[in-house]
Amino acid sequence: MPKYLLLKHYRGGPAPHRPVPPMDQWAPEDVEAHMAFLKHVSELLEENGEYVDAQALTPARAWVRYGGPDAAPVTTDGPLPETSDLVAGWYMIDVESHERAVELAAYVSSEPGPGGEPLYEWIDVREVMSGAPSATDPA
Amino acid sequence: MIDEPTRRRDEGALRALVPRVLAGLVRRGEDFDAAEDALQEALLEALRVWPEHPPRDPRAWLATVATRRLVDARRSEAARHGREEATYAEPRPAATEEGDDTLFLLFCCCHPDLTPASQVALTLRAVGGLTTREIAGAFYVPEATMAQRISRAKRALQGRRLDQPGDLAVVLRVLYLVYTAGHAGRVDLAGEAIRLARQLTLATEEPEARGLLALMLLNHARLPARLDPEGRIVTLDRQDRGLWDTREIGEGVRVLQSALAVQRPGRYQVEAAIAALHDDAASAGETDWPQILAWYDDLVALTDDPVRQDPAAVLGRAVAVGHVLGAAAGLRETDRLRDVIGERHRWHAVRGHLHELGGDLPAAATAYAEAGRRATNVAERDHLVRQAARARAAGPCRNGRLTERPP
Repeated sequence: MPKYLLLKHYRGGPAPHRPVPPMDQWAPEDVEAHMAFLKHVSELLEENGEYVDAQALTPARAWVRYGGPDAAPVTTDGPLPETSDLVAGWYMIDVESHERAVELAAYVSSEPGPGGEPLYEWIDVREVMSGAPSATDPA
Repeated sequence: MIDEPTRRRDEGALRALVPRVLAGLVRRGEDFDAAEDALQEALLEALRVWPEHPPRDPRAWLATVATRRLVDARRSEAARHGREEATYAEPRPAATEEGDDTLFLLFCCCHPDLTPASQVALTLRAVGGLTTREIAGAFYVPEATMAQRISRAKRALQGRRLDQPGDLAVVLRVLYLVYTAGHAGRVDLAGEAIRLARQLTLATEEPEARGLLALMLLNHARLPARLDPEGRIVTLDRQDRGLWDTREIGEGVRVLQSALAVQRPGRYQVEAAIAALHDDAASAGETDWPQILAWYDDLVALTDDPVRQDPAAVLGRAVAVGHVLGAAAGLRETDRLRDVIGERHRWHAVRGHLHELGGDLPAAATAYAEAGRRATNVAERDHLVRQAARARAAGPCRNGRLTERPP
């Protein structure tokens, strides 16, 4: 079965379908509903036998590269432009098909936002390359 | 079929023997690395054989089987090198006390040359008797990774003299690391740390060892109230104090009193005293903040430059200052820490708490939101976002309509 990453972003991606303020500015009951939904998604994936992993990332980021021989690593300092892409976390799922991955991503995107309305958040769906060679000969 | 409680009890009894048998082997001159491997094999053998054939003397059985494994290992080693078979000593009946064995092994595992992660892993395996799989599960890393970490740590100990008294301060720090590493996961690390600290207090008269045990007990007692049924964090001031474990509090207070009676105070004793004062309050409103502040004064006085050397103590003291002298005074105390921990979530969370205490809810909401952005733990992040939303909703400046802007 193929594995997919459903990536959530702090920023980046297509223009938001429905712009919303940061969650700490939502009504407390909307925050509760949102968090309860995310918990429900993890439980649902586990019950379905589709759950592999889910992780959240902090927004802090540093870009690092090799500095060359005898030089310290080069890192970016200071915040990056507000337009740059920033991953917030992911679900890794193990599903029957690409269609199922898309279906689950759309379900995650229906998570409740302010006023209980769906967030319509863009979810980045990426297939994970399998590590082991296929058991059959390539055609 | 062996029922679950019996199996757990048997495993507990088996694990309690680990440090005694291992210490016996190492004292006899066996290499720590090889002895630990041999004992792990003996333990697996015990789990297989004992249910059918329980030994008369479990400890002697383990020592004999582990010794046999060591001899086997040495024989194959000798064969590989084409040398004569090495001589070995029969296990001597151990003359030492259990406490000595524990302390001796803790000094081995908490050798100052090892990294903290290695010290923790080795302590849990060689003294706690946990399997590599259990330790890996507790720290959410693959079993192979933890196995590698343990074998590297053991290799690092090769050739080190293990007969010298070690550094008790390091041992205490490692046990506290194990305690704070988590209450969740498949293995109860907090419970394990308490068990090890209790063993340590049997081995040393050092009051800080008892201070550490007291601190763990007094903190652990509040664990049942710390999360609600949905897994949400409940702060101390909102906890249902009826859920606190009064038996653990009682033991913690007794252990702390016996430590304080020695009159050689240290940070664990002082922190335990603060925890005891929280545990002693029937409601949040009855907390004896002036006395807590007095203990924090003692705590920050333990280091020359507390702002740099112990910012956590200064931050804790700022909360106490806020409750005794007012929110503005508490906030002024946190200002001193801005350059040191101003980017840490806890600094912002404490300022949120102090702003809320002073009735400035918009400032509290902003500080909680800042804290949430810096949190490194999902439960804490969610809690801080909730605190921010709650403070904003209750604040006088809420304009009733959310501004629409991109997240």
